[in-house]
Amino acid sequence: MSVAARAEDAPPRTSDRFKAFIVDQPLVLLGAILVLLVIACTIKKPSYFSGDQAGAVLRYAAPLAIMAAGQTIALLTRGIDLSMGATATAAAYVMASNASDGTVRAIALGLGVGLAVGLANGIGVGIFLVQPLIMTLGMAGIVTGLLTVRASGNRLGGTNVPSIVRDVGGESLVGFVPNSLILWTAVSVVLILALRGSGFGRMLYAYGNNPTAMRMAGMRAWQLLLATYVLSGLLAAVSGILLAGLINAADLGLADSLLLPSVAAAVIGGTSIFGGIGTYSGTIMGALILTVLDSLLTLLNVDDAYRQIIYGLIILALVTLYAQVQRRA
Amino acid sequence: MSLLNVQNLAKRYGSVIALRSADLTVEPGEIHALLGANGAGKSTLVKILTGVIGPDSGTITLAGKPLAVGSPAGARLAGLASVFQDPALVPDLTVRENMKLTGTSMDGVESSLRGMDLSVDPDELVGDLPLAMLRMIDLSRALSHDPQLLLLDEITAALPSDLAERVLTVARELRDRGRSVLFVSHRLAEVTLLCDRATVLRDGGAVGTLKPSAGGEERIVELMMGESQDAIADEIAQAEETAHAEEGDAGRPADGDAGPPALKVSGLRLTEGSPDGVDFEVRSGEIVGVAALDAQGQEELFNLLAGLQRIRDGHVERLGKPIRPRDPYDAIKEGMVLVPSDRLLALLPDRPIRENIAAPLYSHIKRWGPFNARREAGKVDDAIARLQIDTRARRQARRLSGGNQQKLTIARWLAAGFDVLLCFDPTRGIDVGTKRQIYALLRELAGAGAAVLLFTSELTEIQLVCDRVVVLHDGRISDRLPGSEANEARLLRSAHGLVEAGAVP
Amino acid sequence: MSAAGHVAGAPAPSRAFKLRRAVSRQAWTLGVVAILVVLLIIEANVAPLFTSFDVQSLVISGMPLAFAAMAQSVVVLSRGIDLSVGSVMALTNVIAAQLMQDQKTLGSALLISALVLVIGVAIGTLNGLAVVFSRVPDIVVTLALSFVWAGVALIVLPTPGGGSPTSFQELSTASDLWEWIPNGLLILAGVYLVVWVPLRSRRIGLAMYAVGSDATAAGLSGVQVGRTRILAYTFGGLFAAFGGLALTSTTGIGSPLSGEFYTLTSVAAVVIGGVSLAGGKGGLLGPIIAAFILSAAVTVLVFAGVDANYGQVIQGALIVLMVMFGGLLLRRRG
Repeated sequence: MSVAARAEDAPPRTSDRFKAFIVDQPLVLLGAILVLLVIACTIKKPSYFSGDQAGAVLRYAAPLAIMAAGQTIALLTRGIDLSMGATATAAAYVMASNASDGTVRAIALGLGVGLAVGLANGIGVGIFLVQPLIMTLGMAGIVTGLLTVRASGNRLGGTNVPSIVRDVGGESLVGFVPNSLILWTAVSVVLILALRGSGFGRMLYAYGNNPTAMRMAGMRAWQLLLATYVLSGLLAAVSGILLAGLINAADLGLADSLLLPSVAAAVIGGTSIFGGIGTYSGTIMGALILTVLDSLLTLLNVDDAYRQIIYGLIILALVTLYAQVQRRA
Repeated sequence: MSLLNVQNLAKRYGSVIALRSADLTVEPGEIHALLGANGAGKSTLVKILTGVIGPDSGTITLAGKPLAVGSPAGARLAGLASVFQDPALVPDLTVRENMKLTGTSMDGVESSLRGMDLSVDPDELVGDLPLAMLRMIDLSRALSHDPQLLLLDEITAALPSDLAERVLTVARELRDRGRSVLFVSHRLAEVTLLCDRATVLRDGGAVGTLKPSAGGEERIVELMMGESQDAIADEIAQAEETAHAEEGDAGRPADGDAGPPALKVSGLRLTEGSPDGVDFEVRSGEIVGVAALDAQGQEELFNLLAGLQRIRDGHVERLGKPIRPRDPYDAIKEGMVLVPSDRLLALLPDRPIRENIAAPLYSHIKRWGPFNARREAGKVDDAIARLQIDTRARRQARRLSGGNQQKLTIARWLAAGFDVLLCFDPTRGIDVGTKRQIYALLRELAGAGAAVLLFTSELTEIQLVCDRVVVLHDGRISDRLPGSEANEARLLRSAHGLVEAGAVP
Repeated sequence: MSAAGHVAGAPAPSRAFKLRRAVSRQAWTLGVVAILVVLLIIEANVAPLFTSFDVQSLVISGMPLAFAAMAQSVVVLSRGIDLSVGSVMALTNVIAAQLMQDQKTLGSALLISALVLVIGVAIGTLNGLAVVFSRVPDIVVTLALSFVWAGVALIVLPTPGGGSPTSFQELSTASDLWEWIPNGLLILAGVYLVVWVPLRSRRIGLAMYAVGSDATAAGLSGVQVGRTRILAYTFGGLFAAFGGLALTSTTGIGSPLSGEFYTLTSVAAVVIGGVSLAGGKGGLLGPIIAAFILSAAVTVLVFAGVDANYGQVIQGALIVLMVMFGGLLLRRRG
């Protein structure tokens, strides 16, 4: 129940104001964390603080950030898309195995995979009212299974990644600025503008905050949900293709390791699992933080197993901090 | 020695002060009312007493011993049992299991219920039982613990009058046995009938304790708001005049207004069981009130018109054109919008006020592209101004008071535009001051040409606002009368089905 | 209008009514059982030879998943979710395999099992504490923790290895009582009857349902909400440890990556088994049966000539279809 605000209320405590500040300007806190991590890396390896290294970080962060973009949209609507990893892998595989017949066609087919999965998810969630967790989980299984069947017998490493994809994913035209940054920037600009200044963006936030109220305000939910998952499916495909370009391979397990970090990036960036709250700029910061964290762990020569543990604990710490602060404000 | 002694209780949430310094004393063997407008601190005080939250400062003693804070179980052990508007019963468990959960004897509860002439099958799922029954079960559970102090929080709200009577009887019995009851309520008539003393809260502190007497409700209202209730009616009348002056008297419909009515309903069957449907119409510029007791079909009526339920039998016409809304979008497209009683259904709690107001503007997929910020701002500002919404808590709608939240739900329709306003109990649980503002606004809107269909559960208020009234009973219209004749007595009779339906106006 | 319930003097519900009501409340579980029976009948017809060996295979493949389903159910019932179920299973699996590898007797294996169960309880409790005290949604917390537990598993046993005495393996693979009832089934039934059944009608179990159904009402009723939620995760850890032990028994070894499959599939089994993701509704029996349905479905299709790799597709499709139509049929669930 809400409590009325009155004119003669007591002045806010300093701790409350600090917390309010963090919630209102989350990027500041995230920026601080990112800076701390970069400093830690630089201490360990002084050459870390260089253009080349920054380029590498951005290059590796881009596919994650693009997948996290789709995840952000889904999370805003109180949903989640756990099929993005499988979709990304499948899109990359389809593109790579069709590359010999023409690059444009191959990329289009790859994107088509994302579209198809997104449509399926959207229909399941929007029209059949299946819970997003379940629907996307099921689709992940279906897609992975189909991929395994298609690929059995085909050693995937043998399929080609078209050179232009490799260029966009892995190369740089201008100094250390990676090409994928252009793509990433385009996606970011469109998404941020859409979230802030379009009716669609407003509806995402509104629906996520109170679906019943939006129904009563005349919104047809299935339209929004269909659009949401089609977008996340397409973004997953883009992410997968980009990743294939980056590492020049389209293996079966390609993008699986991106799925959970994509959720983590969004959540660290301030997107709420409950919907209605979040921004892509926050998610970008989250993706950068995770990528730099990964390099820090590599620099510290941390064994894979310990790396995983630390990764998990740090994510837990970050989101806990965020949750505690968000609550009080 | 007093049974309950609350002194200097204070509680703040961040920068908002919920309780300033509240004092309350309840003697043994009395029924004590706790009154106050929304935002006065009643619910916070109740939460502290029942152990849901802890105070920042102050003392509470029950039967001489300090009361444990922050623990509902502790409060109960100390002898304070409470019954809330939302029964503390778990929907997916049976009644028996719920009792087991709290270590309450099912037999004790059943005998308590029998004492009120009620019974229940203990193996029914709580979720399958009606709300009124659940309240009675909750009450029985509280009684079976033989509490020193029974706290009843708005328990008679939306309770059928026969059950409400039983509750009051139980309270009296408790008092006669030397126990006490703390009775929190908005219903002044009940309070006057039942309570020995009443404490009024305002702005987080107690402003007076008095003995309520018949005809003395005025005094209580004055304490709650600092003004009298006549002022409300005056203000409404004033708003009406202002609207007329501004619109040049174009508002009120002349009898025999040419053209089809803004809304016409014929043969609309509200519930499965009713043999007939309802017929009535609403012209633009008029406010038609719907009066009814609990669950007589009014909710179905509004849901059908708003597109929340499919129409099976009957016709609805807008300006002569038959319509059949399948979902709210259709209804809104026809200019019919709904203001629900439950604000939680209509608000976006974490979004800023402006987004809340602008929400319906983008419902349709056509409007999903980039929007014109200036055009939006214009509409939003206009709505805020007309409703005098307090915009200090700009960031999140849930920080607003109940009254302001209700204004928001109306504001969104102002911004989006409408012809027919369906208001379902818009003043439920709202403080008196905001009520008058809302009623004044409705009159103003009608004056500007809107057609308003208004249902309110407060029968006394119908006369203040409505031009005509239809009374619903058992899914049919039992009475039609002009607003001037719609006093509480006549309405109550018709609402019970005791008056023959008049001629169609 | 009088509140129903009824005014005193109305007749008490008849036995026939009570029976009908009980059946309709268990409708989903009964439905799931029916599906399993149908599947088994189909398998019997489609398989070249349907022997007790097939039943054994079904139990071997389904038993770990059944425990995973139990672990997930108990958490979901209290309106939580545990995405670390698979990792905990893998961790307990490798710990057991490491400790048991030089043992020869059943007795020592059982002793080690007891220790592993205690570890499972500890892990579950840690999960619960993290979820409740961090105030972060459980999806995120258990997701992060799944990384942690999986990492620990990799430390304990970097590659598949370890071992277990034959007598321990026979606990799930052999059929000592009757050839058509493998031991594994008996153990599963035993755990269900000894651990869950007494729990669910006592205050602890009711408290878990209450917290899942309506935490506010539960709190006002005097239930310790935080403690109850932690307890749900504790039981989740316990059942996951049983699952890890089942893996050790059925595969004979420990494998650090064995758990991935089980996390997501356990959620599937829970949903197919009729437990609402919103909490408060359902039981453990449905998901156990659903686990066997998921395992049997693949077997049936393989016998019918479908490529084994389609297994995952089928499971995914099963999940999706069942929720889609199950949701349409029973509006109240989920």
